[in-house]
Amino acid sequence: MALISNAAVLLGKEVRTEFRSRELLSTTMVFVLIVVVVFSFTFDPTTNESHRFGPGLLWMAFLFAASLMLQPCFLREQTNDTLSALRLAVQDPFAIFLAKIAASTLFLLLTELLMLPIFAALFNVSFGAQLPGILLTFFLGSLGISIVGTALAAISAQARMRELLLPLLLLPLLTPILVVSTEVTVGLMSRDAAIDWKGIGLMAGFDIVFLTVLWLFGEYLLEE
Amino acid sequence: MSAAPVRSIGLQFDQVDKLYGAVYALRNLTLDVAAGECVAIAGRNGSGKTTLLRASAQLLRPTRGSIAYSGSAEHTKPRIGFVAHATMVYDELTAKENLIFFAKLQGVAAPDVRAGELLRDVGLKERQDSLVRTFSRGMRQRVAIARALLAEPALLLFDEPGTGLDAESNAWLTEHLRTLRDTGCTILMSLHGDSELARLATRAVRMESGSVIADTRRGAMFQSIFTAAGC
Repeated sequence: MALISNAAVLLGKEVRTEFRSRELLSTTMVFVLIVVVVFSFTFDPTTNESHRFGPGLLWMAFLFAASLMLQPCFLREQTNDTLSALRLAVQDPFAIFLAKIAASTLFLLLTELLMLPIFAALFNVSFGAQLPGILLTFFLGSLGISIVGTALAAISAQARMRELLLPLLLLPLLTPILVVSTEVTVGLMSRDAAIDWKGIGLMAGFDIVFLTVLWLFGEYLLEE
Repeated sequence: MSAAPVRSIGLQFDQVDKLYGAVYALRNLTLDVAAGECVAIAGRNGSGKTTLLRASAQLLRPTRGSIAYSGSAEHTKPRIGFVAHATMVYDELTAKENLIFFAKLQGVAAPDVRAGELLRDVGLKERQDSLVRTFSRGMRQRVAIARALLAEPALLLFDEPGTGLDAESNAWLTEHLRTLRDTGCTILMSLHGDSELARLATRAVRMESGSVIADTRRGAMFQSIFTAAGC
Protein backbone atom coordinates (compact mmCIF):
# COMPACT_ATOMS: atom_id res chain seq x y z
CA MET A 1 0.00 0.00 0.00
CA ALA A 2 2.86 2.36 0.90
CA LEU A 3 4.42 1.49 -2.47
CA ILE A 4 1.35 2.64 -4.41
CA SER A 5 0.78 5.78 -2.34
CA ASN A 6 4.49 6.74 -2.57
CA ALA A 7 4.45 6.12 -6.33
CA ALA A 8 1.29 8.24 -6.70
CA VAL A 9 2.84 11.15 -4.79
CA LEU A 10 6.02 10.89 -6.87
CA LEU A 11 4.04 10.73 -10.12
CA GLY A 12 2.13 13.84 -9.07
CA LYS A 13 5.44 15.66 -8.60
CA GLU A 14 6.76 14.47 -12.00
CA VAL A 15 3.61 15.65 -13.78
CA ARG A 16 3.55 18.98 -11.93
CA THR A 17 7.19 19.79 -12.68
CA GLU A 18 6.84 18.75 -16.33
CA PHE A 19 3.70 20.78 -16.96
CA ARG A 20 5.39 23.71 -15.25
CA SER A 21 8.55 23.55 -17.37
CA ARG A 22 7.26 21.65 -20.46
CA GLU A 23 10.89 20.75 -21.18
CA LEU A 24 10.41 17.10 -22.13
CA LEU A 25 7.08 17.33 -23.89
CA SER A 26 8.00 20.27 -26.09
CA THR A 27 11.38 18.76 -27.05
CA THR A 28 10.01 15.34 -27.95
CA MET A 29 6.97 16.68 -29.80
CA VAL A 30 9.08 18.97 -31.94
CA PHE A 31 11.49 16.09 -32.62
CA VAL A 32 8.77 13.62 -33.68
CA LEU A 33 7.05 16.28 -35.77
CA ILE A 34 10.29 17.06 -37.64
CA VAL A 35 10.94 13.36 -38.35
CA VAL A 36 7.39 12.75 -39.63
CA VAL A 37 7.30 15.89 -41.76
CA VAL A 38 10.79 15.38 -43.24
CA PHE A 39 10.01 11.76 -44.19
CA SER A 40 6.65 12.65 -45.70
CA PHE A 41 8.23 15.28 -47.98
CA THR A 42 11.26 13.16 -48.83
CA PHE A 43 9.35 10.08 -49.95
CA ASP A 44 5.93 11.48 -50.85
CA PRO A 45 4.51 7.99 -50.16
CA THR A 46 1.38 6.50 -51.66
CA THR A 47 -1.20 4.96 -49.30
CA ASN A 48 0.17 1.47 -49.96
CA GLU A 49 3.73 2.56 -49.22
CA SER A 50 2.54 4.35 -46.06
CA HIS A 51 0.92 1.16 -44.84
CA ARG A 52 4.17 -0.73 -45.44
CA PHE A 53 6.81 1.53 -43.91
CA GLY A 54 4.71 4.04 -41.94
CA PRO A 55 4.64 1.96 -38.72
CA GLY A 56 8.42 1.48 -38.80
CA LEU A 57 8.92 5.20 -39.26
CA LEU A 58 6.51 5.99 -36.43
CA TRP A 59 8.20 3.64 -33.95
CA MET A 60 11.64 4.88 -34.94
CA ALA A 61 10.53 8.44 -34.23
CA PHE A 62 8.98 7.33 -30.90
CA LEU A 63 12.17 5.50 -29.93
CA PHE A 64 14.41 8.52 -30.50
CA ALA A 65 11.88 10.77 -28.77
CA ALA A 66 11.87 8.38 -25.82
CA SER A 67 15.64 8.38 -25.57
CA LEU A 68 15.53 12.19 -25.41
CA MET A 69 12.82 11.99 -22.75
CA LEU A 70 14.45 9.29 -20.63
CA GLN A 71 17.92 10.80 -20.46
CA PRO A 72 17.05 13.53 -17.94
CA CYS A 73 14.71 11.48 -15.74
CA PHE A 74 17.48 10.58 -13.26
CA LEU A 75 19.95 13.32 -14.25
CA ARG A 76 17.48 15.92 -12.95
CA GLU A 77 17.54 14.19 -9.57
CA GLN A 78 21.29 14.74 -9.36
CA THR A 79 21.21 18.53 -9.56
CA ASN A 80 20.44 18.97 -5.86
CA ASP A 81 20.93 15.32 -4.89
CA THR A 82 17.17 14.94 -4.61
CA LEU A 83 17.52 11.24 -5.39
CA SER A 84 19.10 10.78 -1.94
CA ALA A 85 16.17 12.64 -0.38
CA LEU A 86 13.75 10.36 -2.24
CA ARG A 87 15.61 7.24 -1.14
CA LEU A 88 15.46 8.42 2.46
CA ALA A 89 11.77 9.27 2.26
CA VAL A 90 10.18 6.32 0.45
CA GLN A 91 9.38 3.01 2.10
CA ASP A 92 10.27 1.01 -1.01
CA PRO A 93 12.74 2.35 -3.62
CA PHE A 94 10.72 0.60 -6.33
CA ALA A 95 8.17 3.42 -5.89
CA ILE A 96 10.73 5.78 -7.46
CA PHE A 97 10.97 3.54 -10.54
CA LEU A 98 7.20 3.05 -10.74
CA ALA A 99 6.61 6.79 -10.74
CA LYS A 100 9.33 7.46 -13.34
CA ILE A 101 7.97 4.68 -15.57
CA ALA A 102 4.40 5.95 -15.26
CA ALA A 103 5.46 9.52 -15.99
CA SER A 104 7.57 8.55 -19.04
CA THR A 105 4.78 6.33 -20.41
CA LEU A 106 2.26 9.12 -19.92
CA PHE A 107 4.42 11.76 -21.62
CA LEU A 108 5.34 9.39 -24.45
CA LEU A 109 1.70 8.43 -25.02
CA LEU A 110 0.73 12.08 -25.06
CA THR A 111 3.37 12.78 -27.73
CA GLU A 112 2.20 9.76 -29.76
CA LEU A 113 -1.47 10.72 -29.57
CA LEU A 114 -0.77 14.27 -30.66
CA MET A 115 1.37 13.02 -33.54
CA LEU A 116 -1.15 10.43 -34.74
CA PRO A 117 -3.51 12.83 -36.63
CA ILE A 118 -0.53 14.65 -38.17
CA PHE A 119 0.91 11.32 -39.32
CA ALA A 120 -2.48 10.25 -40.68
CA ALA A 121 -2.83 13.50 -42.65
CA LEU A 122 0.71 13.56 -44.06
CA PHE A 123 0.85 9.85 -44.93
CA ASN A 124 -2.75 9.56 -46.10
CA VAL A 125 -3.73 6.74 -43.72
CA SER A 126 -6.82 6.39 -41.58
CA PHE A 127 -7.06 4.63 -38.24
CA GLY A 128 -10.80 5.05 -37.60
CA ALA A 129 -12.07 1.66 -36.51
CA GLN A 130 -8.64 0.46 -35.39
CA LEU A 131 -8.09 3.27 -32.90
CA PRO A 132 -8.59 1.07 -29.78
CA GLY A 133 -6.03 -1.43 -31.14
CA ILE A 134 -3.60 1.38 -31.99
CA LEU A 135 -3.99 2.83 -28.49
CA LEU A 136 -3.36 -0.56 -26.87
CA THR A 137 -0.27 -1.10 -29.05
CA PHE A 138 1.06 2.39 -28.31
CA PHE A 139 0.44 1.87 -24.60
CA LEU A 140 2.21 -1.51 -24.35
CA GLY A 141 5.07 -0.36 -26.61
CA SER A 142 5.56 2.90 -24.70
CA LEU A 143 5.39 1.06 -21.38
CA GLY A 144 8.12 -1.35 -22.52
CA ILE A 145 10.33 1.49 -23.72
CA SER A 146 9.79 3.34 -20.43
CA ILE A 147 10.53 0.33 -18.21
CA VAL A 148 13.82 -0.53 -19.91
CA GLY A 149 14.70 3.14 -20.46
CA THR A 150 14.11 4.10 -16.83
CA ALA A 151 16.32 1.28 -15.58
CA LEU A 152 19.08 2.22 -18.00
CA ALA A 153 18.70 5.93 -17.22
CA ALA A 154 19.34 5.10 -13.54
CA ILE A 155 22.52 3.24 -14.52
CA SER A 156 23.78 5.79 -17.03
CA ALA A 157 23.14 8.75 -14.70
CA GLN A 158 26.01 7.52 -12.52
CA ALA A 159 28.39 6.87 -15.42
CA ARG A 160 30.94 9.22 -16.92
CA MET A 161 29.82 9.03 -20.57
CA ARG A 162 26.16 9.24 -19.60
CA GLU A 163 24.88 10.99 -22.74
CA LEU A 164 26.35 8.24 -24.91
CA LEU A 165 25.66 5.30 -22.65
CA LEU A 166 21.87 5.43 -22.56
CA PRO A 167 21.23 5.20 -26.33
CA LEU A 168 23.99 2.60 -26.66
CA LEU A 169 22.37 0.32 -24.07
CA LEU A 170 18.79 1.19 -24.93
CA LEU A 171 18.69 0.33 -28.64
CA PRO A 172 19.79 -3.34 -28.45
CA LEU A 173 17.57 -4.09 -25.44
CA LEU A 174 14.52 -2.53 -27.05
CA THR A 175 14.89 -4.32 -30.37
CA PRO A 176 12.45 -7.16 -29.51
CA ILE A 177 9.60 -4.89 -28.42
CA LEU A 178 10.19 -2.46 -31.28
CA VAL A 179 10.01 -5.26 -33.85
CA VAL A 180 6.79 -6.63 -32.33
CA SER A 181 5.24 -3.15 -31.91
CA THR A 182 5.97 -2.37 -35.55
CA GLU A 183 4.52 -5.71 -36.72
CA VAL A 184 1.34 -5.19 -34.69
CA THR A 185 0.99 -1.61 -36.00
CA VAL A 186 1.50 -2.85 -39.61
CA GLY A 187 -1.35 -5.31 -39.02
CA LEU A 188 -3.57 -2.50 -37.76
CA MET A 189 -2.76 -0.22 -40.70
CA SER A 190 -3.18 -2.82 -43.48
CA ARG A 191 -6.28 -3.04 -45.69
CA ASP A 192 -7.59 -6.09 -43.77
CA ALA A 193 -6.83 -4.47 -40.46
CA ALA A 194 -6.85 -6.76 -37.43
CA ILE A 195 -5.23 -6.94 -34.04
CA ASP A 196 -2.36 -9.40 -33.83
CA TRP A 197 -3.16 -10.78 -30.36
CA LYS A 198 -0.03 -12.90 -30.33
CA GLY A 199 2.02 -9.74 -30.79
CA ILE A 200 0.04 -7.97 -28.07
CA GLY A 201 0.76 -10.93 -25.77
CA LEU A 202 4.48 -10.74 -26.55
CA MET A 203 4.52 -7.02 -25.79
CA ALA A 204 2.70 -7.56 -22.48
CA GLY A 205 5.12 -10.39 -21.66
CA PHE A 206 8.14 -8.17 -22.40
CA ASP A 207 6.73 -5.48 -20.09
CA ILE A 208 5.99 -7.93 -17.27
CA VAL A 209 9.43 -9.60 -17.45
CA PHE A 210 11.40 -6.33 -17.39
CA LEU A 211 9.16 -4.82 -14.68
CA THR A 212 9.76 -7.90 -12.52
CA VAL A 213 13.52 -7.69 -13.06
CA LEU A 214 13.43 -4.02 -12.08
CA TRP A 215 11.36 -4.80 -8.98
CA LEU A 216 13.91 -7.44 -7.93
CA PHE A 217 17.12 -5.52 -8.65
CA GLY A 218 16.09 -1.86 -8.92
CA GLU A 219 17.34 -0.96 -5.44
CA TYR A 220 20.94 -1.74 -6.49
CA LEU A 221 20.66 0.65 -9.44
CA LEU A 222 20.00 3.56 -7.10
CA GLU A 223 22.95 2.91 -4.81
CA GLU A 224 26.05 5.08 -4.97
CA MET B 1 8.42 23.62 17.17
CA SER B 2 7.51 20.34 18.80
CA ALA B 3 9.62 19.52 21.85
CA ALA B 4 8.02 16.18 22.61
CA PRO B 5 10.49 13.42 23.48
CA VAL B 6 11.44 11.37 20.45
CA ARG B 7 12.20 7.68 20.29
CA SER B 8 15.85 7.96 19.32
CA ILE B 9 18.04 5.28 17.86
CA GLY B 10 21.67 4.31 18.29
CA LEU B 11 24.16 3.50 15.58
CA GLN B 12 26.96 0.94 15.51
CA PHE B 13 29.70 0.86 12.87
CA ASP B 14 31.62 -2.39 13.05
CA GLN B 15 34.95 -2.48 11.17
CA VAL B 16 33.48 -0.67 8.21
CA ASP B 17 35.47 -0.13 5.01
CA LYS B 18 34.18 1.87 2.08
CA LEU B 19 36.26 1.81 -1.06
CA TYR B 20 35.87 3.90 -4.19
CA GLY B 21 38.05 2.01 -6.65
CA ALA B 22 41.29 1.54 -4.72
CA VAL B 23 40.74 4.56 -2.46
CA TYR B 24 39.53 4.06 1.09
CA ALA B 25 36.84 6.57 2.07
CA LEU B 26 36.31 4.68 5.34
CA ARG B 27 38.94 2.32 6.72
CA ASN B 28 38.22 -0.18 9.48
CA LEU B 29 35.85 2.29 11.13
CA THR B 30 34.37 1.20 14.42
CA LEU B 31 32.09 3.69 16.14
CA ASP B 32 29.30 3.19 18.63
CA VAL B 33 26.83 6.07 18.96
CA ALA B 34 24.33 5.62 21.78
CA ALA B 35 20.71 6.68 21.40
CA GLY B 36 20.32 10.34 22.34
CA GLU B 37 23.98 11.28 21.85
CA CYS B 38 24.96 14.45 20.01
CA VAL B 39 28.22 13.74 18.21
CA ALA B 40 30.32 16.32 16.40
CA ILE B 41 32.65 14.94 13.74
CA ALA B 42 35.72 16.95 12.84
CA GLY B 43 38.41 16.32 10.28
CA ARG B 44 40.17 17.69 7.22
CA ASN B 45 38.62 17.61 3.75
CA GLY B 46 38.66 14.03 2.51
CA SER B 47 38.90 12.52 5.98
CA GLY B 48 35.66 10.56 5.49
CA LYS B 49 33.11 12.68 7.37
CA THR B 50 30.61 12.88 4.51
CA THR B 51 31.00 9.17 3.69
CA LEU B 52 30.36 8.33 7.34
CA LEU B 53 27.16 10.40 7.32
CA ARG B 54 25.94 8.97 3.99
CA ALA B 55 26.59 5.45 5.21
CA SER B 56 24.68 6.28 8.42
CA ALA B 57 21.75 7.38 6.24
CA GLN B 58 21.88 4.05 4.35
CA LEU B 59 22.61 5.94 1.15
CA LEU B 60 25.69 3.84 0.50
CA ARG B 61 26.53 0.26 1.35
CA PRO B 62 29.85 -0.51 3.09
CA THR B 63 32.37 -2.52 1.10
CA ARG B 64 33.18 -4.49 4.28
CA GLY B 65 31.85 -4.49 7.83
CA SER B 66 28.38 -3.70 9.06
CA ILE B 67 26.22 -0.83 10.25
CA ALA B 68 23.45 -1.57 12.75
CA TYR B 69 20.73 0.55 14.32
CA SER B 70 19.63 -0.07 17.88
CA GLY B 71 16.26 1.02 19.18
CA SER B 72 14.39 0.79 15.88
CA ALA B 73 12.05 -2.05 15.16
CA GLU B 74 13.50 -4.79 12.98
CA HIS B 75 12.48 -4.62 9.29
CA THR B 76 11.31 -1.03 9.85
CA LYS B 77 13.13 1.76 8.11
CA PRO B 78 14.65 4.06 10.75
CA ARG B 79 13.39 7.65 10.60
CA ILE B 80 16.47 9.56 9.47
CA GLY B 81 16.73 13.26 8.69
CA PHE B 82 19.73 14.29 6.58
CA VAL B 83 21.02 17.74 5.73
CA ALA B 84 23.85 17.37 3.22
CA HIS B 85 25.99 19.73 1.16
CA ALA B 86 23.36 19.65 -1.59
CA THR B 87 19.97 20.96 -0.52
CA MET B 88 18.04 17.84 -1.61
CA VAL B 89 15.01 19.92 -2.59
CA TYR B 90 13.52 20.69 -6.00
CA ASP B 91 14.33 24.11 -7.48
CA GLU B 92 11.24 23.99 -9.69
CA LEU B 93 8.83 23.56 -6.77
CA THR B 94 7.95 26.16 -4.16
CA ALA B 95 9.23 25.81 -0.59
CA LYS B 96 5.80 24.69 0.59
CA GLU B 97 5.30 22.26 -2.32
CA ASN B 98 8.68 20.70 -1.53
CA LEU B 99 7.84 20.16 2.13
CA ILE B 100 4.34 18.82 1.45
CA PHE B 101 5.75 16.46 -1.18
CA PHE B 102 8.39 15.00 1.16
CA ALA B 103 5.93 14.92 4.08
CA LYS B 104 3.48 12.85 2.03
CA LEU B 105 6.25 10.44 1.01
CA GLN B 106 7.18 9.94 4.65
CA GLY B 107 3.59 9.41 5.70
CA VAL B 108 3.45 12.52 7.92
CA ALA B 109 -0.06 13.17 9.23
CA ALA B 110 -1.47 16.50 7.99
CA PRO B 111 1.44 17.36 5.65
CA ASP B 112 0.05 20.81 4.93
CA VAL B 113 0.00 21.79 8.60
CA ARG B 114 3.44 20.31 9.31
CA ALA B 115 4.94 22.11 6.30
CA GLY B 116 3.41 25.39 7.48
CA GLU B 117 4.78 24.92 11.01
CA LEU B 118 8.30 24.25 9.81
CA LEU B 119 8.27 27.09 7.29
CA ARG B 120 7.27 29.43 10.08
CA ASP B 121 10.04 28.04 12.30
CA VAL B 122 12.74 28.51 9.67
CA GLY B 123 11.50 32.02 8.88
CA LEU B 124 10.26 31.33 5.36
CA LYS B 125 6.51 31.69 5.87
CA GLU B 126 6.44 34.86 3.77
CA ARG B 127 8.23 33.15 0.89
CA GLN B 128 6.52 29.75 1.12
CA ASP B 129 4.92 30.09 -2.31
CA SER B 130 8.10 31.18 -4.10
CA LEU B 131 10.03 28.72 -6.24
CA VAL B 132 13.14 27.45 -4.46
CA ARG B 133 15.22 28.44 -7.49
CA THR B 134 14.63 32.09 -6.56
CA PHE B 135 16.08 31.57 -3.05
CA SER B 136 19.53 32.53 -1.77
CA ARG B 137 21.91 29.78 -0.55
CA GLY B 138 20.99 30.46 3.06
CA MET B 139 17.25 30.26 2.35
CA ARG B 140 17.71 27.00 0.48
CA GLN B 141 19.65 25.63 3.45
CA ARG B 142 16.72 26.55 5.69
CA VAL B 143 14.32 24.67 3.41
CA ALA B 144 16.74 21.71 3.54
CA ILE B 145 16.73 21.78 7.33
CA ALA B 146 12.92 21.94 7.39
CA ARG B 147 12.79 18.96 5.01
CA ALA B 148 15.05 16.93 7.28
CA LEU B 149 12.85 17.65 10.31
CA LEU B 150 9.51 16.85 8.65
CA ALA B 151 8.98 13.35 10.04
CA GLU B 152 10.42 14.09 13.51
CA PRO B 153 13.43 11.89 12.84
CA ALA B 154 14.98 9.61 15.44
CA LEU B 155 18.43 10.16 13.93
CA LEU B 156 19.55 13.48 12.50
CA LEU B 157 22.58 13.76 10.25
CA PHE B 158 24.04 17.15 9.42
CA ASP B 159 26.90 17.68 7.00
CA GLU B 160 28.25 21.11 7.88
CA PRO B 161 24.81 22.47 8.67
CA GLY B 162 25.91 26.09 9.09
CA THR B 163 26.96 26.36 5.42
CA GLY B 164 25.46 29.46 3.84
CA LEU B 165 23.53 30.51 6.92
CA ASP B 166 23.73 34.07 8.24
CA ALA B 167 24.24 34.80 11.94
CA GLU B 168 20.52 34.91 12.66
CA SER B 169 19.81 31.58 10.95
CA ASN B 170 22.84 30.01 12.63
CA ALA B 171 21.50 31.11 16.00
CA TRP B 172 18.10 29.63 15.14
CA LEU B 173 19.71 26.35 14.06
CA THR B 174 21.83 26.14 17.22
CA GLU B 175 18.81 26.76 19.39
CA HIS B 176 16.73 24.27 17.48
CA LEU B 177 19.38 21.56 17.64
CA ARG B 178 19.69 22.19 21.37
CA THR B 179 15.94 21.51 21.73
CA LEU B 180 16.19 18.37 19.63
CA ARG B 181 19.21 17.16 21.60
CA ASP B 182 17.40 17.78 24.89
CA THR B 183 14.39 15.78 23.69
CA GLY B 184 16.66 12.79 23.09
CA CYS B 185 17.15 12.87 19.33
CA THR B 186 20.42 11.26 18.21
CA ILE B 187 22.47 13.77 16.24
CA LEU B 188 25.61 13.34 14.15
CA MET B 189 27.05 16.48 12.60
CA SER B 190 30.22 17.12 10.69
CA LEU B 191 31.74 20.50 11.43
CA HIS B 192 34.62 22.66 10.32
CA GLY B 193 36.26 24.32 13.31
CA ASP B 194 34.94 25.38 16.64
CA SER B 195 31.49 27.02 16.66
CA GLU B 196 28.32 27.41 18.67
CA LEU B 197 27.11 24.18 17.05
CA ALA B 198 30.21 22.32 18.27
CA ARG B 199 29.42 23.38 21.82
CA LEU B 200 26.10 21.54 21.59
CA ALA B 201 27.86 18.23 21.14
CA THR B 202 28.11 15.78 24.01
CA ARG B 203 30.87 13.92 22.22
CA ALA B 204 33.49 14.84 19.64
CA VAL B 205 35.15 12.57 17.13
CA ARG B 206 38.10 13.39 14.91
CA MET B 207 38.60 11.54 11.64
CA GLU B 208 41.61 11.12 9.41
CA SER B 209 41.99 8.93 6.31
CA GLY B 210 38.61 7.30 6.90
CA SER B 211 39.28 6.26 10.49
CA VAL B 212 38.48 7.70 13.91
CA ILE B 213 41.74 8.94 15.46
CA ALA B 214 40.29 10.72 18.51
CA ASP B 215 37.04 10.26 20.39
CA THR B 216 36.20 12.20 23.50
CA ARG B 217 33.37 13.37 25.68
CA ARG B 218 33.61 16.68 27.51
CA GLY B 219 36.98 17.61 28.99
CA ALA B 220 40.30 19.08 28.04
CA MET B 221 40.53 17.08 24.82
CA PHE B 222 37.11 18.26 23.60
CA GLN B 223 38.11 21.67 22.25
CA SER B 224 41.34 20.37 20.76
CA ILE B 225 39.34 18.10 18.42
CA PHE B 226 38.05 21.20 16.63
CA THR B 227 41.04 23.46 16.98
CA ALA B 228 43.50 20.98 15.44
CA ALA B 229 45.07 22.31 12.26
CA GLY B 230 43.04 21.91 9.12
CA CYS B 231 39.60 21.32 10.69
